Amino acid sequence: MWMRRGPSKQIAKDRLRNVLVHDRADTSPEFMSHLRDDLMRVVSEYLEVGQNGVDMKLQSEDDHVALVASIPVKQLKRARQRSGNN
Amino acid sequence: MGEVIVVTSGKGGVGKTTTTANLGTALAQSGSRVCLVDADIGLRNLDVVLGLENRIVYDLVDVVEGFCRLRQALIRDKRLEGLSLLPAAQTKDKTAVTPEQMKGLTDELRQEFDFILVDSPAGIEQGFKNAIAGADRALIVATPEVASVRDADRIIGLLEAAEIPPARLIVNRLRPQMVRKGDMMSVDDIVDILAIDLIGVVPEDEQIVVTTNRGEPAALIQGSRAGEAYRNIARRIKGEEVPFIDLEETSGFLGRLRRMFGQA
Repeated sequence: MWMRRGPSKQIAKDRLRNVLVHDRADTSPEFMSHLRDDLMRVVSEYLEVGQNGVDMKLQSEDDHVALVASIPVKQLKRARQRSGNN
Repeated sequence: MGEVIVVTSGKGGVGKTTTTANLGTALAQSGSRVCLVDADIGLRNLDVVLGLENRIVYDLVDVVEGFCRLRQALIRDKRLEGLSLLPAAQTKDKTAVTPEQMKGLTDELRQEFDFILVDSPAGIEQGFKNAIAGADRALIVATPEVASVRDADRIIGLLEAAEIPPARLIVNRLRPQMVRKGDMMSVDDIVDILAIDLIGVVPEDEQIVVTTNRGEPAALIQGSRAGEAYRNIARRIKGEEVPFIDLEETSGFLGRLRRMFGQA
């Protein structure tokens, strides 16, 4: 049965990578806030977004970690409104 | 002026003390003056691994508290010119020493020795903070297991925060046959995940059990695979370029035959 899961080394590596994503984020308090600020800056160039209700987290899925972000969108900016495109 | 190197791992039982004893032995064998410092206050072990347990009079805490001079607490290894041990106290706990006192102690040792190897206790608490207090650089010992590599990653973060130059990695207790079968993480896997430079790989070696029983570090024994690995790491510590032996490679006719039959 366990033979079908393939060599255990790959399982070890995958589990380790996932756990380290959380460990590194958890032990560096400024990490998530920096990521959030940078992401919001980029997103704001394309979308008019609400700053309230922003939710960003690293979430464990079955075999990987996902960055899940919920950002309230008010309006999509026209091309000429985007910085660098006008 | 000597250099202070802390040997640490986060997780217990991965071979920090054995590594410290053997690297110290190998460095002394190559002509350096070496002092090994057991920073695991309350759980003294480096003395027994070195076979020096019957010669302890004073310990690290006695020095820090001023009961004796540093020189009086040092035990000189009679088998090996240039190797000394500063034993940990067995009856005190980690709070008996502060990081500032440890730094003072290692700075004093720098005057007389080329290398001061500090054997860190497991964990990330006060004992660890004491062990890294005076360090110029760090060696991280990890075994190819998820828990060990995870803890090593945490330690790397803490060393970075303490502004100790990038640590180098010793992969300990590697079992090449299991790596070949895909049932153990390889050295490359671990280096890739931890993103630090490798300084050596020590294969699993039953002889370590025997030499530790006898209180004679394996680095003294010719023909011991682990002993040879420790001697190579000691040369790299001294700045020599020593090629890595590829333990994972299936070489030679017998190796290829084994691989053909899936036994390697």
